[in-house]
Amino acid sequence: MTQKPKKVDIIFSPYSVAPYQILKDTMKRSKEEVIAELISSGLRGRGGAGFPTGMKWKFAAEQKGSVKYVICNADEGEPGTFKDRKLLMSVPRKVISGMAICAWVTGSTQGFIYLRREYKYLVTELQKEIDIFTHHSKEVGLNFNLQIFLGAGAYVCGEETALIESMEGKRGEPRNKPPYPIQNGFLGKPTVVNNVETFASASMVCRIGAIEYKKFGTSDQRGSKLFSISGDSPKEGVFELELGMSVESFVSEFGDGDTKAVQVGGVAGFCVPRKDFAKAIIGDGNTTGGSTMIFNSSRSMYRVLHNYLDFYAEESCGQCTPCRIGCQQLLKGIEAVKKGEKPAEYLDQLLKLSESMRLTSKCGLGQSVTNSFSSIVTNFREEMIF
Amino acid sequence: MANKITLTIDGHQVTVEHGTSILDAAKQINIKIPTLCHHEDLCVAGNCRICVVEQVGKQTLTASCATPADNGMTILTSSPKIRRARKDIMALLVSEHNTQCTTCYRSTNCELQILSAEYNVDNSIYMSVLKKDDCEIDKASWSVEKDNSKCIRCQRCVRTCADIQHVNALAVTERGKDMKISTFMHLPMNEIVCTNCGQCITHCPTGALTERRYYDEIWAAIDNPEKHVIINTAPAVRVALGEMLGYPVGTRVTGKMVTALKKMGFNSVLDTDFTADLTIIEEGTELLGRLKDALVHKKPVSLPMITSCSPGWIKFIEHMYPEHLGHLSSCKSPQQMFGALAKTYYAEKKGIDPANIVSVAGMPCAAKKFEANRPEMRDSGYQDVDAGLTTRELGYMIKQSGLNFQDLEDDDFDKIMGESTGAAVIFGATGGVMEAALRTVYFLITGRNVPFEHLNITPVRGLEGIKAASVKFENCLPEYSFLEGVEAKVAIAHGLKNARIIMDQIAAGTSPYHFIEIMACPGGCIGGGGQPIPTTNEIRQKRIDAIYAEDMGKPIRMSHENPEVAQIYAEYLKVPLGEKSHHLLHTKYRKRNRY
Repeated sequence: MTQKPKKVDIIFSPYSVAPYQILKDTMKRSKEEVIAELISSGLRGRGGAGFPTGMKWKFAAEQKGSVKYVICNADEGEPGTFKDRKLLMSVPRKVISGMAICAWVTGSTQGFIYLRREYKYLVTELQKEIDIFTHHSKEVGLNFNLQIFLGAGAYVCGEETALIESMEGKRGEPRNKPPYPIQNGFLGKPTVVNNVETFASASMVCRIGAIEYKKFGTSDQRGSKLFSISGDSPKEGVFELELGMSVESFVSEFGDGDTKAVQVGGVAGFCVPRKDFAKAIIGDGNTTGGSTMIFNSSRSMYRVLHNYLDFYAEESCGQCTPCRIGCQQLLKGIEAVKKGEKPAEYLDQLLKLSESMRLTSKCGLGQSVTNSFSSIVTNFREEMIF
Repeated sequence: MANKITLTIDGHQVTVEHGTSILDAAKQINIKIPTLCHHEDLCVAGNCRICVVEQVGKQTLTASCATPADNGMTILTSSPKIRRARKDIMALLVSEHNTQCTTCYRSTNCELQILSAEYNVDNSIYMSVLKKDDCEIDKASWSVEKDNSKCIRCQRCVRTCADIQHVNALAVTERGKDMKISTFMHLPMNEIVCTNCGQCITHCPTGALTERRYYDEIWAAIDNPEKHVIINTAPAVRVALGEMLGYPVGTRVTGKMVTALKKMGFNSVLDTDFTADLTIIEEGTELLGRLKDALVHKKPVSLPMITSCSPGWIKFIEHMYPEHLGHLSSCKSPQQMFGALAKTYYAEKKGIDPANIVSVAGMPCAAKKFEANRPEMRDSGYQDVDAGLTTRELGYMIKQSGLNFQDLEDDDFDKIMGESTGAAVIFGATGGVMEAALRTVYFLITGRNVPFEHLNITPVRGLEGIKAASVKFENCLPEYSFLEGVEAKVAIAHGLKNARIIMDQIAAGTSPYHFIEIMACPGGCIGGGGQPIPTTNEIRQKRIDAIYAEDMGKPIRMSHENPEVAQIYAEYLKVPLGEKSHHLLHTKYRKRNRY
């Protein structure tokens, strides 16, 4: 009997007794103590890249200068992800608390919620919440102005430096790094960019403490994580699960009994075939944004990959060579193999190309194309050819 | 030492200044890393990715042009991983390119071609992703042609137009597979705010941006026995043409160029310097007139007066500061003065029907092509200048003619509008027009030569973006007594970014100057959009050095001493700013849209 994934209730829990009680309580402690608590909790960025949140805030706090920014990345563009929307709809105060705590420890007075334009219908409610927050923040003497910024819909603008560029009114194209946003971000000032869930989790770490938080998950994957579950599943939706489960356990709970593969981490993530279901859903050292798409045996993995590559060829910003042309070549290449215009061995050439793209692309978009490409082509090779 | 960084590259320890890129650090120990989007004139882009190196401890490769060296870094610049990646990048770029090298104007002078040869790219690896839409060449402009099928999207042109020229005619549009370099609303090149300066051409690594070529028409005219084909060549051409013909940068090839052009069949080979000297007389007189109006007659005149030799600059001010056109000197550029006189004065003296004269200008410039086609440039009754050729086109024409250029004897320019002075020669370098003007104006006012050793007014020379100087007039001749004790303040700007700074001062009413020289291109004409490629600051400086060497070698070094200039006033123009001058040598400007 496969063990079921453990559902937890931290992020959506009704912990907060009064509005912004977490913020008020946290601000009674010292800033150093709060940063240490976050570092000790092992919380990592929930957008997908998984940078340790406490460290990011510590670096930002250490930056000189009186102008700093806090940006909540609610661009949520990764296909198959919809958890941030749910967070903003159901627990916006936890998100805003996280941002306010970040502003307080790093010394920022201005924050933005970078909301994808498709979520425009959230603006009214969110603005109300911001107004409530502003009222409470004055009570505790926190000077933190919060604004909503609507994105224009490019996938690449979920990448933090492209996000910043677009906020500055430029083309949404990733910057060269270093310098990183915490050194040189929005308008050239130190900027913390975190995912919606990261801020919500950070406020919960402050609420329950690192020791309690660390009780969830594994040594590498601390705490709980929201999963956006879609595809061939009878239970689609957003679920808060303890980190560290196997794919098998996940599939036993959410699959339809005929699961052939699970795409973990969206288009930028990996496709796990049935033979690897025993592995942890997020391997050591890996992180995920929580998009999980379940495919049953009726699905053509060629069509799945084709769809991904089509998406990439459109959504690459186009500035760097490997991503702009590489995505087109991968798409054209699998089409040619399928039609018999190129031999099956051409797939090996394409696999090498996707590795070159990982090594040389400017940002995470181009670097991660190989994740889904190589995992699908390697594991479902015959579907690519016949 | 906080300002020094020590890193290891390919096993060698290197110490560099803080902020140095890995690419430049490697250069210091003679390691060459290939580049495409990198250009030393421009800000870092880091988008072609050909310069990737391995940074030990990092999972991905690092773009060496875009990454500052850091203490303790260990860098490899050659490894199987790097070679594979670079070859893939080259193969990808080639798969997006039309690969028609044999029919390309930039063949043998193309950075993509050189690297694809170096990396031995087998084009059959990847399928072509060249878009059909990209294969239509935009030939709408008189000056600049744009061929997207040869574009590698490095954005050097975009950065040039934005950072050096502040014009932003070219921009990145669309994204992903459709991303391309285009214009506002994808309008053709003749309908946008473009100064035709051609800096995008000289910064383009491939043949995606080129000047519109006219040499087939010129050959046809030369081959037509009924046509009398004359050419005048600008000063900046003679110090750069050699680069097209196997000489090191900075070699003066004036005499051989004249011989070659004569052998090619031009009926008369003349010197733009002649009208450069004429410009000084006309413009100097105009300046003195404005000063007199201001100081003696207390009339409201537009000061500072600004030079009008550079057609890229003229189009810039027409678009960007149309309310300040009054500051421009009304003098035509030397090319257009030459054209107007070629089909009047020259035709009369030679007894040739001007209808049969084909007037060609050999220029370091792309904007001169547009200028030649301006409707107002027909004061001779014909199109004054039939075609403007770039230094590059001239170089190719000389090659096409089969001449062994390096073995040619030196020759002199023909007579009638072929005489020049050192003052005219230095028009080719930033500050040169100013220096030439000061040599003459100072003499006119005081009866003495400018108080600088060997007439070399060094404060106005050099590659600094904006230069300022002043000259005090003392012991003036009686007719210029109103200038006694006046300290004339002058400024020189080159590159339109710097022109904008000057114009913003004028617009704000805070400009302290009386006379300003502005050239559209960095370095002046020697760095023009029609000059041999590449152009960098080191190359600009060598061409400038050659220009001043040419000046020093001239027996006459002040415009007012040019005997042919004296002759044309005596025989034809009568007086500066006189009726004939006004008709043939001066022009008007027009307001153009800012968008």
